[in-house]
Order: sequence, then structure tokens, then C-alpha cells
Amino acid sequence: MFDEIRDLYQEVVFDHNRNPRNFRVMEDATRKIDGFNPLCGDKITLYVKVNDNVIEDVSFQGSGCAISTASASLMTEIVRGHTEEETHGLFELFHKIVTGEDSRTNFDELGKLAVLAGVRAYPARVKCATLAWHSLEAALKEDAETVSTE
Amino acid sequence: MTIPLDVSKIRQDFPILSETIHGRPLVYLDNAASTQKPRAVLDTLRHVYEHDYANVHRGVHTLSQRATDLFEGARLKIKGFINARKIEEIIFVRGTTEAVNLVAQSYGRSKLQAGDEILITAMEHHSNIVPWQILCQQTGAVLKVAPINLSGEIIMEKFEALLTERTKLVSVVHMSNALGTINPVKRIIELAHAKGVPVMLDGAQAIPHMTVDVQDLDCDFYAFSGHKLCGPSGIGVLYGKEALLKAMPPWQGGGDMIRMVTFDKTEYNTLPYKFEAGTPAIAEAIGLGAAVDYLQAIGMENIAAYEQQLLEYATTKALEIPSLKVIGTAKEKGAILGFTLHHIHPHDIGTMLDQLGIAVRAGHHCAMPVMDFFGVPATARASFSFYNTTEEVDTLIDGIKQIIEVFG
Repeated sequence: MFDEIRDLYQEVVFDHNRNPRNFRVMEDATRKIDGFNPLCGDKITLYVKVNDNVIEDVSFQGSGCAISTASASLMTEIVRGHTEEETHGLFELFHKIVTGEDSRTNFDELGKLAVLAGVRAYPARVKCATLAWHSLEAALKEDAETVSTE
Repeated sequence: MTIPLDVSKIRQDFPILSETIHGRPLVYLDNAASTQKPRAVLDTLRHVYEHDYANVHRGVHTLSQRATDLFEGARLKIKGFINARKIEEIIFVRGTTEAVNLVAQSYGRSKLQAGDEILITAMEHHSNIVPWQILCQQTGAVLKVAPINLSGEIIMEKFEALLTERTKLVSVVHMSNALGTINPVKRIIELAHAKGVPVMLDGAQAIPHMTVDVQDLDCDFYAFSGHKLCGPSGIGVLYGKEALLKAMPPWQGGGDMIRMVTFDKTEYNTLPYKFEAGTPAIAEAIGLGAAVDYLQAIGMENIAAYEQQLLEYATTKALEIPSLKVIGTAKEKGAILGFTLHHIHPHDIGTMLDQLGIAVRAGHHCAMPVMDFFGVPATARASFSFYNTTEEVDTLIDGIKQIIEVFG
């Protein structure tokens, strides 16, 4: 029935939606930021621990759709251990691919994030997939304001 | 059930209803956001532009006269549709939002002072909140909010208690876009008038679903949008009682709203033109007149009766789904079914239903305070029109069941 939409809702997405990884408050976070998607009301609180330019830990709390929850969950797994610059590079690549700006069909560089590449066919859902990433970018810039995807 | 109208015949009047979406027949259940247009409206728009179009109220030439006659003819139709006393009371605006802003900036700004209060309810659309907040910032007036109960109904005792000698204006939604609640507006108006307080009604959702008689309601202002009434977008109506409108200063200045202009002073035009600065949405207004004709031919009572049957059918079916929660369970309710599914976000519901050809709205419905009150970030909303069928409701319910299965 939902065959065509399986490129958006892959099993990995369902898995991360059901059991989001690093879904917890981080007491010793060095940065904390609230992200908000005014279009759908998705909210995320992102906790980041940066030590010597390296992301040691990322976690999140909040409520959102399957795409935004899975994207946040995958992101927390992927960026751990990376430097801030590497993370920024990954964000830029991810953003270009989900917005369709980069139309490649080989997503090896994205690793696990590749499961979200299908979002590009659903422009209305791009903001769901990028909310956590925009929040992370802002956190790394130490921008204390609430991040909005609008 | 006895069906008070011939739905299959009506559906043929709406060309877009034959569209297929993702290879499936369109099931359009987003009517509270905007309704589809019957051929009568589409043909009217085309005819105006092909045969009768020129600017209105200006030229001596034939086309300008024709366009003016049609434009003013539409105003007359709308006057009849809502049973206003005079055509002077029908102001063309862009939509409900502009109408509320007009009242806030013209009536509100000239009448309200610091400490005065504007009373709204907790179920308002952002368009009946933000214009008043802006007015409050400008004047020092205070916005008061009457609370609602868990069914999504105004708590009338609380409303009454908030209606004081400081209250200078009440503005209430006639039917809630997020909850479907039809408010006891006649009672609200009686209570407010007993204290000498004028009442504005946001009729954007109510007017497509029921007979609205502004004299019977005795409301002071009534606002609605054409596009939710099978008419074009970009056109709407502000009804106001003549005495109030007469006393109000103009809001926007420009052409058409003046009688005489010199650099020293300007004499304003009479009603309704005083509030219609600039070239209006001419073809759209005429198209709205055609929509009103179309709806009146079907009969608003028939539409209301049929939609109540649809809502009842949809609600019964929806409640058979264990993980589904209906948001908005007022006793008096229009054909809107807001719901949430346990563990499945409305946005995912919206995308998946779309895959089945079903158009619903998912989100906060421009009513974030309502979402906060019910403790949900968003809801999915199926909103019905008289061209929807029980078969379409079945398709929706079946779709919801499939989504639950896929999400596991």
C-alpha cells in the first residue's frame, strides 16, 4: 500500500522513531539549545558536550514527527567524536542532499544518514529532517536564541 | 440516512474533484483551510476577464460600467446572503484576517485607551489574536482571554465574569477551525450588549456551513473569507453595522476612498467605499457573488444538515479506532474532525494519507494556544464540505488504519 513512500519511511526511520538514541537530558552539557519548527510545532532541546573542539556527546529531548525524531537520533550517533569543523561539513552535505541542491544518487559519504536522502522528494518535510541539524549548528556557534527552521 | 442533497451531481460541478493524486482519486478533506471551486465560479472568473473586465468606479466607458455593475451586484448578493440591512454595511476586504485588522486599527485605535479591555476566547485563530495584541501595544489596552473546557467549549461563567465595565470590545470565533466548536454567539452577543459592548464575530469557518443572519445574530461586525466559501482567494467581507462604520475613521488611504483631495485636506467617500482604498479584487468579488448564488441554490440548510450527517458518520467510525483521540468534542460542532494517533505524529499522518490521495491538514492550524491547551504539538484535521461523501470517510478511516499498521 505504502510502497512508494518507503523511500521516505525506511525501516531505520521507524526504528529510530520508536527507540530514539541518546534521547536524554545531559547534566554536564557544555551547550544546550531549543529548536522549534513553527510550521508543525516540532520542538527539540539539544544537549552538546564539546571538549577541545571535539563533540564528545550529543543528546536530545522533545517531540516531533518520525522524520524529525529519526533525524535527530541518527545525528546524535553520527557526530559523536567529530570535530566542530567536520560536523559543520557533514551538516552542509546533508542539507544539500535533502534539499535536492546536490542531486547525487550515491550517498556513501553520508553513512547512516543516507536513509534520510528520500526526504528530497518531499519538500514539505525537509524542515523536519533538518531541525536537529540547524539546532546543532546554532549550538556550536553558541547562539543562545531559540532556533527556528522558518 | 436521508440525504438532503444530490452529492454525486454536486461533485460534477467541481472539476478538481476528478483529479488523481499519486494514482488515486483525490479525497479532499482540507476544506477548513480552503474549499474547492465549482464550475459556476470558474466560468464567472473567465467570463469577467474575457468580456466584462475594466477597473471599477472610474471610467465612463462601457466596460468600466459593466465591471462596476457586476462588482456592485456581487455586493448586493452578499448583503442578501448574510441578511444585512444595507449594502453600505458590506465592505470588501482581502479576507477575514484583513477584516479583523481593519476593525482593530480603525474602530479599536479610535475608541480604546490604556486600561480598556478586549475580550476574546482561548480557541481563537491567530488572526483573531495578533491584531488585538498589536492594538494593545499601540493603545495600552489589555487582551483578556475567556477559557475553554476539555470538550473545546467556552466556559460561559468565566466569559461572563471577564465581561466588565473595562471591556470595550468582544471578538469571538463563530466556529473554531481547530476544534469545530460552534460557539453560542447569540448568547455572547446578548451578554455583551447588556453591558453596551460591541461584538465582532470571526465567521471564516462558520459561513460555509450554516445560514448566517447578521440581523438575527445582532453582531456588530462579522468577517469572512471568500475562498472558504467556494469563492476565489483574495476576497473577503467585513460586515459592520452602519452606525459603527460611519463613525469609524478610514484605515487605509488611497484612491476610491475619497470624495475630494487637496493638499490641505481630504474629504472621505461614503460607505462602503471609505474602507476600500485602491483597486479592489474585482473579478474575485464577482466570483464570490457567483459562489453565493451557487450555495444558495443548494440551500445552506441542506448543506448544514448533510454535513452534520457526514460528521456524525466520520466521528463514529473514527472512535472505533482504539489509538485515535478526537480533539474537539463540543456538543455544537461543525464538520471538522481533529484527531491525534497514539505515537504517530500528525505530520507523518498527513504525508502518508497524501500517498493515498487523501488531503488533510496536519499542524497547529494557526491556533497554537489551542494546541497548548490540549497538550499536543499538533493535530491531524479532516474537514468536510457538502461535496464529500461517506465513501470518502471510509477511505480516510481505512487509510488511518493502514498507517497504524505500518508504524507498528
